[in-house]
Amino acid sequence: MKTLLFLLQKEFTQIFRDTVILRMIMAVPVVQLLILPLAADYEIKNINITVVDHDHSVFSRDLTSRIMASGYFKLAGFSASFNEGFAQMETDKTDLVLEIPQSFEKDLVNGEKGKLFIAVNAINGTKANIGAVYLNRIIAQYNQNIRAEMAPVPKVAALPTIEITNLNWFNKYLNYAHFMVPGILVLLVTMVGALMCALNIVKEKEVGTIEQINVTPIRKHHFILGKLIPFWVIGMFVFSVGLFLIARLVYGIVPQGSILLLYGFLSIYLVAILGVGLIISTYSNTQQQAMSLAFFFLMVFILMSGLFTSIDSMPEWAKWIARFNPVTWFIDVMRMIVLKGSGFQHIRLHFIVMTGFAIFFNAWAIINYKKTT
Amino acid sequence: METATVISTEKLTKRFGNFTAVNEITFDVHQGEIFGFLGANGAGKTTAMRMLCGLSNPTSGKATIAGFDVFRQTEKIKKNIGYMSQKFSLYEDLTILENIRFYGGIYGMDRKTIKTKSIELVEQLGLKEEASTLVRSLPLGWKQKLAFSVAIFHEPKIVFLDEPTGGVDPVTRRQFWDLIYSAAERGITVFVTTHYMDEAEYCNRISMMVDGYIKALDSPANLKRQFGAANMDEVFYQLARGAKRGE
Repeated sequence: MKTLLFLLQKEFTQIFRDTVILRMIMAVPVVQLLILPLAADYEIKNINITVVDHDHSVFSRDLTSRIMASGYFKLAGFSASFNEGFAQMETDKTDLVLEIPQSFEKDLVNGEKGKLFIAVNAINGTKANIGAVYLNRIIAQYNQNIRAEMAPVPKVAALPTIEITNLNWFNKYLNYAHFMVPGILVLLVTMVGALMCALNIVKEKEVGTIEQINVTPIRKHHFILGKLIPFWVIGMFVFSVGLFLIARLVYGIVPQGSILLLYGFLSIYLVAILGVGLIISTYSNTQQQAMSLAFFFLMVFILMSGLFTSIDSMPEWAKWIARFNPVTWFIDVMRMIVLKGSGFQHIRLHFIVMTGFAIFFNAWAIINYKKTT
Repeated sequence: METATVISTEKLTKRFGNFTAVNEITFDVHQGEIFGFLGANGAGKTTAMRMLCGLSNPTSGKATIAGFDVFRQTEKIKKNIGYMSQKFSLYEDLTILENIRFYGGIYGMDRKTIKTKSIELVEQLGLKEEASTLVRSLPLGWKQKLAFSVAIFHEPKIVFLDEPTGGVDPVTRRQFWDLIYSAAERGITVFVTTHYMDEAEYCNRISMMVDGYIKALDSPANLKRQFGAANMDEVFYQLARGAKRGE
């Protein structure tokens, strides 16, 4: 116990003396949480569209202005011919080409079918697909409007139609920030914790002080605890800055569930993720090696965590990777507590699994840390 | 003079794959002795020393340090020894006092003792003014003297020094050896490796390692007589000439 206090005193003195680390601890969560949620937005805007209007009629102009008014599209220009529009797509200046035929208005007025043509640039698949869907929806609505205008009094009783109304539970306005911010906060804590912890120990290896430590009667678990506790505290701090300062003040996210429960889970999660950092440090001899290893694992952890893509739609083998990924579990807990207000009984399994991770990773690190080679 | 044996090895061997770094070395070191451990680069000095400190497991043979077995009681050995490696191993981003406090603390000394003893120490080393400056900003010679003092701060039975005076000017080396002598007078056994043959002369006894074997072991005077040499340099040349390893 006494030894541990000396170790902690030394670690904290070093951390507080290192202005680069201090600035990182302060600035990283603030900057990342301010920038990332705005950029990592699933809503697609600014779809470039080229309109090839052969008709130049009231109807065609009306349709074009409706498309532009939707807010999703940006007019890349009007083209005289489809080929000209297509050339723009080839040079990536536009994502969609809408061709309105010459007889558009005439056909509509005569009660015939109006024909439109949409060409999609599928290089950026998501953007083009979603763009086409938006465009179809706008055109369909426009279609209904003109039908209503042209046949104000239905000759037959209204056709039976199904109208769908939906309500978004737990995130009423489908606010992406509410969806992303808790997840990004998890990533932040993960990166800061695992990376800083791994680099700290490997630095001692590089400088040679670890050898000096290894000839002392210091106990393995004391040494590891001495490294774990400071970064655990830093992780708690970073998380709190993110949760209270940024999530609440900037995005107005107030956890629906118990903050105590959230911190309870965080404290176990930090032990687990710092354990990963410790394992990495026991396998690397230089900071460069540690960085590469940490990056590999963090990439897998982050991309397979369910933050950016839904785990339910992953193939079966990938689901198993996600299940063995501590980040997945914490993101889940974050969303459940912060958005849904879940209580302990709903995340009991998460607690058990995370405790398992914490024990597993740290036991591995302690076994693999050798004072004698 | 017959005093207690503090280091005793018998056919101690370390192999890395096919390479035998240390080959069946057998020797004894007595309490309060300054024992020089000499050899060319790659002769196996550092490997042998790391085994004695409990940093590296021997492949075969026997050894006891301060009465403890190097195979089974490494942690007990570590309580009783001090170690100063080739690489400077104090924390550069801590001050002199913080370094002393940390190392004293992990050897189980209490804060009060650490405090009084560290004040004594910085006064003795003439570093009172610098006590609160970062170790990073000290000149190399001072760093080495400080590292040695930290290595014996907890009053170990034996202190192992691995080329402690590398890159240090002659005056500082002289001062460094004064520190070694005063430690030996207090009963601390000093086990030191060096490249400097003038330093070998300061030792009570020296051993010469060549290609993993101990080729000679005696007092400097006896060795010179034995090899008909005027100084230790010549003894070293005669022994190391046949070496196959090294740079």
